[in-house]
Amino acid sequence: MSNKEWPLYEVFIRSKSGLSHRHAGSIHAADDQMALDHARDTYTRRSEGVSIWVVRSSQIVASDPAESAAFFEPAEDKIYRHPTFYEIPEGVENL
Amino acid sequence: MNKNDALLAYALRLGDNALILGQRMVELVAAYPELEEELANANFALDYIGQARMFYAYAGELEGKGRDEDDLALLRDENEYRNLLLIEQPNGHFGDSIAKLVLFEAFYLRQLEELVHCADKRIAEIAARAEKEIRYHLRHNTQWLIRLGDGTEESHARAQEAVDNLWRFTGEMFAADEVDNVFENEFDGPDLYRIREQWRETVAAVLEEATLAMPEDAWMASGGKAGRHSEHLGYMIAEMQYLQRAHPGASW
Repeated sequence: MSNKEWPLYEVFIRSKSGLSHRHAGSIHAADDQMALDHARDTYTRRSEGVSIWVVRSSQIVASDPAESAAFFEPAEDKIYRHPTFYEIPEGVENL
Repeated sequence: MNKNDALLAYALRLGDNALILGQRMVELVAAYPELEEELANANFALDYIGQARMFYAYAGELEGKGRDEDDLALLRDENEYRNLLLIEQPNGHFGDSIAKLVLFEAFYLRQLEELVHCADKRIAEIAARAEKEIRYHLRHNTQWLIRLGDGTEESHARAQEAVDNLWRFTGEMFAADEVDNVFENEFDGPDLYRIREQWRETVAAVLEEATLAMPEDAWMASGGKAGRHSEHLGYMIAEMQYLQRAHPGASW
């Protein structure tokens, strides 16, 4: 018997409220179909979702934590990119 | 056999099939090699126990002697159970369990699909709920049988052996007796002859994809529907009923 680990998949669930898919966690599975089943059995047991995406973790291209300074810090001092300089007209509760 | 007796007997059989298979799957809880399959198995077992509760609750009402679902599940003797022999067979190895589930669920799903349209409203309601659960079980278990059959040399050989060993228990599902006939005629119940044709088509397609040979129909075991069980059921029931027998009425 081989003890090879099944590949890891990331699971994304869309909840009923019509929001976008959100990362729920990860599971192991031998193939794509099994990954969907495992995601369903692991993460939607309590009616958490109406749609599931799974993707092999190895297929995700991720940013390098070592480069996070170059990646993210330049945005920190550019407050003019936030739409916070508008005056909100009276009577508008949500914008 | 009159209409009401047949309805009661039919409801009990459905409950017994669900309970005994659910109990078999409960035996495997905490025994799976993979966490995700472990969860799936426990979910599936609970689906069956839930179905058993609904069928038993209805059977208890039909009987009218004040027995509830627990009385029917936990306080009857072996020869009072009317589940199919296929269902009570031991779990064996993973391939045995999967083969058993595919052979049974390919039948049970068709049976439920027919029951959704039967003339008894309660049975139809329970069937409508159970059908969705079993459709998913069958999908999941079918994929496993295909993986095992079309997998390694060893998994193929063991899956084939499992199917061969269980084949003799499949005939009982389609052998209509008085209860089946009265239920079919009086309540527009399933036509077992037609279900058998559909079952053979489904199973043949799965086995072909799994590169497994379909066994020849030979001698078929029967008796479960009449309360004559294999030696395995007694042990299961002893374990399942232990608590209620030792501490009658225990609850928490």
